[in-house]
Amino acid sequence: MIARRFWAWVVFGLGAAYFLLPLLATFIFSMQMRRDRLTFDAYLSVFADERFQSTFTYSLLCAVFAIIVGIIIVLPAAYFVRLRLQWLRPVMEFITLLPLIVPPIILVFGHIKLFNSSSILPLTNSTFGTDVLIVCGYVTLALPYMYRAIDTGLRTIDVQTLTEAATILGADPIRTMVQVIFPNIFVAVLSGAFLTFAIVIGEFVLASLLNRPAFGVYMQNVGANRAYEPSALAIISFALTWGAMGVIQLLDRFAPRTARQA
Amino acid sequence: MSTVSLAADKATGPVSTGPAVSLWRSIPIGAWLGVLPFIAFALLFLIVPTLFLVSSAFVDRDGNLTLQNIIDLGTDQVVNAFSISIRISAASAFFGALIGLAMALAIIRGRLPSAIRSTVMTFSGVASNFAGLPLAFAFIATLGRLGLVTVILRTVFGFDIYKSGFNLLSFVGLTLTYLYFQIPLMILIIAPAIDGLKKEWSEAAATLGASRWQFWLYIGFPVLWPNLLGTLSLLFANAFGAIATAYALTGSSLNIVPILLYAQIRGDVLHNPGLGAALALGMIVITACANVLYIVVRTRAERWLK
Repeated sequence: MIARRFWAWVVFGLGAAYFLLPLLATFIFSMQMRRDRLTFDAYLSVFADERFQSTFTYSLLCAVFAIIVGIIIVLPAAYFVRLRLQWLRPVMEFITLLPLIVPPIILVFGHIKLFNSSSILPLTNSTFGTDVLIVCGYVTLALPYMYRAIDTGLRTIDVQTLTEAATILGADPIRTMVQVIFPNIFVAVLSGAFLTFAIVIGEFVLASLLNRPAFGVYMQNVGANRAYEPSALAIISFALTWGAMGVIQLLDRFAPRTARQA
Repeated sequence: MSTVSLAADKATGPVSTGPAVSLWRSIPIGAWLGVLPFIAFALLFLIVPTLFLVSSAFVDRDGNLTLQNIIDLGTDQVVNAFSISIRISAASAFFGALIGLAMALAIIRGRLPSAIRSTVMTFSGVASNFAGLPLAFAFIATLGRLGLVTVILRTVFGFDIYKSGFNLLSFVGLTLTYLYFQIPLMILIIAPAIDGLKKEWSEAAATLGASRWQFWLYIGFPVLWPNLLGTLSLLFANAFGAIATAYALTGSSLNIVPILLYAQIRGDVLHNPGLGAALALGMIVITACANVLYIVVRTRAERWLK
């Protein structure tokens, strides 16, 4: 018994060292921009960089649009599959699994080939078209997470009864979805949204191959040319990821209580 | 469908809700309209692009059907890339699974304070999503030539890891870096399975005189086995498609498949567009095999863990 606990502590300690050491080292490294003392100058240099602000804003906007588009296409589909088209469920599961099987680099390669300037739908011809394409790419990458989040949310409420009640009161399907179903699974939708945000904000491959000024491309650029700023960016990214995941965990804790009462 | 809504369906079935409503219920046009955007989106941005790309692997420059691109995958450069990619993915999946399992066992069955368990699980959620460029930056700052740990080991302990053969921009370095998201992913996936090992089983085994090793050999391990195998294939696919970390870490000096494909898309380094498509096809086949194995094994595994 004592031996077991001893080994558990050893394993945990080694693991903690492996996971915390890089974070600690990166943090200290990021503060060594001045030779003689520790400062936050690398962070100031990053935040003051005009390209940081513009690329971060660009990626943030991409994330917002990807979240909106994702909700608009996934919510009705998941809702009606649960309500009326149960036999479609395996198809939905298969489709939402595909982005995990097809690596992002292949997805964007396909997009470039299908939507290039000589195709029927030449999205890559204009900046706006490429922006549309990259948002759709991000929606696709986030599809497995968005679908699972929304589907889990729908499972915790009584979709059938809520729909019946709303219908009796005279609501059409769209109104039922927007005013009854959506508020009831809002917490689940939010966790899907934050996962989408975590995926999009530092994404590199799509943005780089579509030549869009996203945060990931900026980070790659800084990584290739600077010494201390990349570590600052790593810490900032880790904080962002931690923030997004922390919000999801918090939401998970509150989700069942608010949802089941519906 | 959950039993709750099934019951609700039966209960509300006979209630008449007026002609308009019953019409809406009997012809699910509305339902189809709701699903349509999703299906259309998936076709347009997921299925058709992938199939189009894969099919262009079987077409030559002049538009004739050919298998030459597939045959050309046999060139040294491509075979080499696949071999390195597969080895790195396999190594990081294997060690990720092994260490992740050990850590999950330690925090769940090692009688550590329960606060540690929830901290590790939360951290795993974050770390499994902390991949890509920032992860590469973190490891360069830690174990790169001028990384903090490298420098401390050299100046304080007089031990130069780079002189003793270590290189972050190599097979070992990349595997070590990939473990940073592989181990947490393993912990997240295997923890529910370890929770599923019922206390009664080990008590029953102990009553029958089994030692702890016998319990693991004859009960614990066989129950966890499908889960381990499934997670292993998932970790493999996870590492195989990853590019950003490797790209930021090694530039294009390490010849793995996603980096080769990236260079091919940017500038046709293989001097044959069809070969790029064939490369993509090869990647899909490998990740698909790994994922199918995961799904098959997963369904088997769920029998025991209810």
